[in-house]
Amino acid sequence: MATTDIAQRPLEGVATPSRRWSKVLRKSVLPRIVLIVGCALFALPFYFMFVSAVKTGTEASLAPPTLFPHTFAWSNFADAVSYIPFFLYALNSLIITVGATIGAVLSNTLIAYGFSRIRWPGRNIVFYVCLATVFLPYPVVLVALFDIFGKLPSFGIQGARSWVDTFLPLIVPAFFGNPFYIFLMRQFMMGIPRELSDASRVDGASELQTFWHVILPLTKPAVVVVAILAAVAAWNEFLLPLLYLQSNEKYPLAVGLAFYTQEHDVLYNLLMAASTLIVLPIVVMFLLFQRFFIEGITVGGVKG
Amino acid sequence: MAAAAPALTRSRRPRLGALERRNLRWGLLFISPWLFGFLALSVFPILYTFFLSFTRYSGIRPPVIIGLTNYERIATDPLFWKSAYNTLFYTALAVPIGVLMAMILAVAMNQKLREVGIYRAILYLPSILPVFAISLIFIYLLNPAYGMVNALLGLAGLPSPNWLGDPTYARISLVLIAQLGAGQWALVFLAGLRGIPIELYESAEIDGAGAWTKFRRITLPLMTPVILYDIIIGLSLGLQVFTSAFILTGGGGGRGGGAGPDNALLTYVYYLYKQAFQFGQMGYAAALSVVLFVVSLVLAGAVFRWARGWVFYEAEEA
Repeated sequence: MATTDIAQRPLEGVATPSRRWSKVLRKSVLPRIVLIVGCALFALPFYFMFVSAVKTGTEASLAPPTLFPHTFAWSNFADAVSYIPFFLYALNSLIITVGATIGAVLSNTLIAYGFSRIRWPGRNIVFYVCLATVFLPYPVVLVALFDIFGKLPSFGIQGARSWVDTFLPLIVPAFFGNPFYIFLMRQFMMGIPRELSDASRVDGASELQTFWHVILPLTKPAVVVVAILAAVAAWNEFLLPLLYLQSNEKYPLAVGLAFYTQEHDVLYNLLMAASTLIVLPIVVMFLLFQRFFIEGITVGGVKG
Repeated sequence: MAAAAPALTRSRRPRLGALERRNLRWGLLFISPWLFGFLALSVFPILYTFFLSFTRYSGIRPPVIIGLTNYERIATDPLFWKSAYNTLFYTALAVPIGVLMAMILAVAMNQKLREVGIYRAILYLPSILPVFAISLIFIYLLNPAYGMVNALLGLAGLPSPNWLGDPTYARISLVLIAQLGAGQWALVFLAGLRGIPIELYESAEIDGAGAWTKFRRITLPLMTPVILYDIIIGLSLGLQVFTSAFILTGGGGGRGGGAGPDNALLTYVYYLYKQAFQFGQMGYAAALSVVLFVVSLVLAGAVFRWARGWVFYEAEEA
C-alpha cells in the first residue's frame, strides 16, 4: 500500500524518506501522544481520588497537595465506612439496582421480541414512536410523576403511605422498558434467522414457548449487555432517589453520601475513600465484563 | 413469505388475515409493558404537566386554576433567565467540545496500535462512573488551595483560577465534568470509523489524496450520521444537566433559589427542582417543565432541519 502510494508520485527519490517518516509520525507517534495525553487527563481525577483516599488527615489538607502520599493511611477506608452509614446505604443501592435490573431484563426482552420476531401491522410506526421518546427529557415529567406517585397507595411498603419514600418509583418504571435497551435488543434479535421461529411454530410451539425456548437462549449476550447497562445506570442514579426518598435510612449511596457531606464537615480524605468504595464495584464490573460494555456501545451506537 | 406458490394466492388472503390478527394480538401482548409505560409514565404525565402549569399548586391542597399567571411570572423571573442562560452556555460548550474530543480520540484509536485496548479501557471507564461521585472529586480537585488542578497549573506556570468561586470558571467546571463522558462517545465514533469501507481510502490514496483530504472527503461525510446522533443526545442531556451542579453547590445554594457564585451553577433543571421540591411551587415548576419540553422539541427539530444540509446518508439498503 505504502509503495504504490509513493511510486505514483513524481520526485520520489527526494520524497521517500521524509514521506515515510511522516507516515510513521502520523500513524503511530501522533495517535499515541493524543491517546496518552487523553488517558492522563481522564485518569487524573481518579488518581487524585485514590491518593487522597489513602492520605492522612494532615497530608490531605496540605496546600499545595502532595502528588504522591508520604504515608499510606489504609485505615481511611475502615474509618469512612464506620463514619458514614456506608453499608446501610450500600444495601439500599443494591436493592434498588437489583430490582431495576430485573425489571429492565424482563421487560426489554419481551418488548424487543414483540418489535422484532413477530410481524404485525403497524409495528414499524409504533417502534418509531418508541424511539422518539428518547427525545423526551426526563425532567419534563418530574413534577407530574412525583405528584402521581405521591397518590398511589403503597400498602405499607417500607412504612410509607404513598409510593413517595419507597423504592417503588425507582424500581417499578424499569419494568416498562427503555427505548435504548429495546433498540439494542431488537437489533440483536433481528439478526437471528427467521427460520428458527418458523420451525418452532410449525412444531406447534406457542409464541411464548418460541420466545422462551428458542429466542431467549440465543439472545443471552444482549441480555447481559442490558443487565450491565441497567445495573450501572441504577447504581449511578442521583436525581430520582434524591426526590423520592425522604428518610435517611432509605438513602442509596448516591444521596446518602451527598447529604452527609452537606450536614457534616467530612474530611476530604475520608470522602475520597468513600468515593473510591462507590466507584470500585463499577470498575470491577467493567474489568469482568469489558466485552459486553463495548458491545452495548457498538450495537446501540451504530445506527442510532 | 415471498415464496408462496401462485396457485395458493386465492386461499391465501383470508388465511393471512387470520395470521395477521394472531400476530397483531401477540405483538401487542409482547410490547404491552412498553405501551402501558408510554401511556402511564410519558403521555399522561405530560398532559398532567400542562394542566398543572395553569394552576397554583403546592402538592398538598388541590390545584387552583390561575390561567396564564405562571407563564407571565416566568417571563419576568430573573432566575429563570439566569438558569436558561447557564444551561444554554453549558450545552453550547459541552456538546461541540464533546463531539470534537470523541472524534479526535476515535481517529487516534482507529490507527492500528497494539495497545489500543488499554487506551480504550481508560478512556471509557470514567463515562460509566457516577456523576455525583465525579462531582464530589471535582470539589476537591478544583479547590484553589488543596486541589491538584491548580497545583499542576502552577507547576506549568499558568494562572490559578478560583474555579468554583468565579461565575465563568464555575460554569466551565460543569463543562469539564461532562467531558469525562467523552470516552463512551469516542467508542461510538470508533465503531462508526470501523464501518467505513477501507476501499474508499485505498482508491483515494491511488488518486494521491493526503491524510487531511481523506479525512475531509471520506471520513467526515461518512461520520455525519454518528455526529448528528451525538449532537441530538448531547443536546437532550445538556438541557437536563443537574447532578454536577447540585453537588458542586452542596445542594443548598444561595438565598432565594440561587446556586453558585452569581448563580452561575443554577442550571435549568436545578431551578425547576428547587421550585417544585424546595419551595413547593408545583404549578410554577410545571410551567417551567412545559417550557423545557417545548424548547427541547424545538431545538431537536432545528438540529434535524439544519442536519439535512450536512448529514450524508448512504443509499437506502434493500
